[in-house]
Amino acid sequence: MEIVFLTFILVLSVFLGFELISKVPATLHTPLMSGANAISGITLAGAFLSAGLMDDSLAKYLGTAAVAFATVNVVGGYLVTDRMLAMFKSKKGGA
Amino acid sequence: MDIHILANLSYIVAAALFIFGLKQLGSPATARRGNLLSSLAMLIAVVAGLTAEGIVDFKLIGLGMLIGTIIGALAARLVAMTSMPEMVALFNGSGGAASLLVGWAALYGADVSVFTAVTIILAILIGGITLTGSLVAYGKLSEIVGSGAVVFSGQRIVNSMILIGLLYSGYMLSMDPNPESVWFWVVLGLSLLLGIMAVIPIGGADMPVVISLLNSYSGIAACAAGFAINNNILIVAGALVGASGIILTNIMCKAMNRSLANVLFSGFGAVKQAKAVEGEVKPISPQDAYYILEAASNVCFVPGYGMAVAQAQHVVKELGELLEKNGAEVSYAVHPVAGRMPGHMNVLLAEADVPYEQLVEMDEINPRIENVDVAIVIGANDVVNPSAREDEGSPIYGMPIINVDKARTVFVLKRSMASGFSGVDNPLFFCENTRMLFGDAKESISAVITEFK
Repeated sequence: MEIVFLTFILVLSVFLGFELISKVPATLHTPLMSGANAISGITLAGAFLSAGLMDDSLAKYLGTAAVAFATVNVVGGYLVTDRMLAMFKSKKGGA
Repeated sequence: MDIHILANLSYIVAAALFIFGLKQLGSPATARRGNLLSSLAMLIAVVAGLTAEGIVDFKLIGLGMLIGTIIGALAARLVAMTSMPEMVALFNGSGGAASLLVGWAALYGADVSVFTAVTIILAILIGGITLTGSLVAYGKLSEIVGSGAVVFSGQRIVNSMILIGLLYSGYMLSMDPNPESVWFWVVLGLSLLLGIMAVIPIGGADMPVVISLLNSYSGIAACAAGFAINNNILIVAGALVGASGIILTNIMCKAMNRSLANVLFSGFGAVKQAKAVEGEVKPISPQDAYYILEAASNVCFVPGYGMAVAQAQHVVKELGELLEKNGAEVSYAVHPVAGRMPGHMNVLLAEADVPYEQLVEMDEINPRIENVDVAIVIGANDVVNPSAREDEGSPIYGMPIINVDKARTVFVLKRSMASGFSGVDNPLFFCENTRMLFGDAKESISAVITEFK
């Protein structure tokens, strides 16, 4: 049942993703891409599971490396997207 | 309340915020807020993730996050806007690596079911492809390796063998999911190899497609990792990213009038022979360019990758302002695949403070291109090549272009007479109404600006 439930979530999310993104203007393609990229760093939440183990197996160190890589993705992705978006200005002054 | 119910409720809040955030990223006015919302969602998800069962040791988590934060923050602060495609490629690769490692670590879990094993293998496979594919893309974009398409005979056979090997070793590993198994190393190695093989046959001009596709893969990899460790938020967020990447990929392919399969598998430009173009080019001096611009009432800039290379966006904007003061209507026409990633030119022009109202898309400028007095092409080539419209033998035939050749006058800023990334000759340079301004784009424009002052 678990599998069906997870697949259900997957299918709905894919449809939602298509709906959300299909109307984005070309101007915002780069920020959208790097913003989405930052979201893909969500793997971080999963990487904790192995990095936080008590034992001293290889899995723990793999998890730690995963935490580091995912954090680069998250922190870097959001900061660089924000930096880009801060530059998009309207002629009327407000962003 | 049970902490695990609380964590799962937080995941729902995070998912909702991700969705709102992405929605707001769709409009220039709300995009910045959208990005903030999305980062808030990430924070909630991360904190909730820390409460999961079995996490008892926070030392290494802290260490990993510290290292990641330092690298990520420095990279994001220091990168030049012109190097943004490389940066995005590296971040993609980093996300892929994380998913690969999460899958790998999950193999160490107690009694892994066949279904879980399959999702673990998918996380390793897609994560691995994303990692090495992004590294190759990074190498091509930063020109550490040649940016041309690498095609060799028997490429398809080699790739097919890698795929068959992956299927077989994946099957063997899912039957006996064990990190010590030799099949694990085969799956890992072949996945990494496949990422390299998938990106080397793709040329520099097709990079916008590759970058968006890899972006999509990094989401799908996170999704697979979510299945492997039974985590909802990974599945939702990963699927959102995967879907958005696919849509961007599709937009890029449409803008080049090619199918995704064509971009991925045919080393571009090697196949057909286009008509050789002959004629005489008419060079122009910055001074003469000034006389023409001074009299123009409608000027349209058409930037391409060459503007990024020459870092000319600031002088372009300065010239644009001078022309406006002179009473001319100024616009910037951006082709969807100009540059090396989707929206590349828009970011550079935004960096130079060009208001986004002046940026027009291809479909908007083409119907009124006849009213443009001077179209200034800066380091763009294929996206303004009339062969795409007229010459059926041309490799880029059928690709929608900005019809600058129909403007009253066209200035083409160009280093030399070399052909564009696709290696196709451009008859635009020989048109009756075209004037060539040879030299570095930044210096040429600065010279014209000096004439204005």
